[in-house]
Amino acid sequence: MTAPFYVSPEQLMKDRADFARKGIARGRSVVVLQYADGILLVAENPSRALHKISEIYDRIGFAAVGRYNEFENLRIAGVRLADLRGYSYDRRDVTARGLANAYAQTLGTIFSSGGEKPWEVELFVAEVGEAAEDDRIYRLMYDGSVADVRGHGVMGGQSEQIDAHLTEHYTDGLDLPAALQLAATALGRDTAEPREIKATDLEVAVVDRTRTQPRKFKRLAPEAVESALAG
Amino acid sequence: MLPEGFRSVGGTSFAEFLGDQAPQLLPSARESAGGELAGVTHGTTIVAATFDGGVVMAGDRRATMGNVIAQRDIQKVFPTDEYSCVGIAGTAGIAVEMTRLFQVELEHYEKIEGATLSTDGKANRLATLIRGNLGLAMQGLAVVPLFAAYDIDAACGRIFAFDVTGNKNEERTFHSVGSGSTFARGSLKKLYSESMSEADAVTAVVQSLYDAADDDTATGGPDLARRIFPLVSVITADGYRAWDEAATAEVADRVVAGRMSRPDGPSAPLT
Repeated sequence: MTAPFYVSPEQLMKDRADFARKGIARGRSVVVLQYADGILLVAENPSRALHKISEIYDRIGFAAVGRYNEFENLRIAGVRLADLRGYSYDRRDVTARGLANAYAQTLGTIFSSGGEKPWEVELFVAEVGEAAEDDRIYRLMYDGSVADVRGHGVMGGQSEQIDAHLTEHYTDGLDLPAALQLAATALGRDTAEPREIKATDLEVAVVDRTRTQPRKFKRLAPEAVESALAG
Repeated sequence: MLPEGFRSVGGTSFAEFLGDQAPQLLPSARESAGGELAGVTHGTTIVAATFDGGVVMAGDRRATMGNVIAQRDIQKVFPTDEYSCVGIAGTAGIAVEMTRLFQVELEHYEKIEGATLSTDGKANRLATLIRGNLGLAMQGLAVVPLFAAYDIDAACGRIFAFDVTGNKNEERTFHSVGSGSTFARGSLKKLYSESMSEADAVTAVVQSLYDAADDDTATGGPDLARRIFPLVSVITADGYRAWDEAATAEVADRVVAGRMSRPDGPSAPLT
């Protein structure tokens, strides 16, 4: 009988992390920005059918990069969790923090359990508050770690160049067209030569605190994106 | 970690999900009490009418508990999504809970599927929820909602009535449910015309609620002393809108003023 090779736990975790990170870096990036009226989510996504950005609840938006079937599974679980909590308590009792916690637990368990391959996903969970200071944006990593995002964030693809561009040009209190222009330019910085991304290849949504409806999430139609980018 | 059921593939219905994960939260989870219950709040009359470009729904404000008025300013018409609303008559506790579930059901489908249900799909979902309540209805805890929606595809307002077994019945013109519905329907029959404007349709439903309150003890008429008037909802191509309360008060004041000289209300031509 041959003894299995010994692999140290450090090496095992590192291999799993590398695997997940590679998968996530293959796709296109998603950018999140706080602007004057709320939170803007922008993804480079030519598909009209498969969304990377979605509504979870009244004040909570969701964005993801990585493998579609995996983050779609988490999105649906999030909608179910939020709707169940809102139905059994009150709509105000559904928070991004609770949701981020549930996601962190789930991703963490999958990452460290030997049986399943690690999930190649990263998520933003974004919640608008009454004022910009009360906005909460969480970034969930493939291993279940959670980070707070202030101002702007980016994940997936070649995120470092994009993040550098955002850090350089971002200011608080941008209006929607300015924020959208910044996000679109930043997304085009992922190659050595900056490229321009067509409005039709952008998936854009806002969680807008000034909306009168209780549901603050809104997708922007391609025409609206186009006019904002042109203006 | 999110439980297994949260991550299962396929289901778009919140009610079914609730049945799997937390069945005690379903309206139908109530234990059967056996025999007639005393001290249960009942909602009374709801009316709805289509007009050129939409549909209007209104309810009186009274809730009763036997011979006692339980509440004078209850809300009985609720928006269920951007293009639909539900008015409830019958056992208030179950009806309000069912409406809440229906609201989440529609929103849940919309978020999971990324598309809204068709108007008929919505009405069928509501019928299923009502059917689940049949056991309680047999004990006298019936819920009889009235569903109104603006159908974007057909570009018109539509009204659906249900019975306790979940039988769905579409009304093209006007309908009423609840204890005063017989009188409200008789009244609307004489006042209604298909080419009505929105303002006329609102006046017609307020008139019909006045007639219902006139002949049915459980239906509340306009409360002039407390300034409590019917709540009116309107759905058009622009979506759901609660009719401004001050404007409804004005309509109700006009109706009441007319009744001062003619208590039975406007008369229709004989032929």
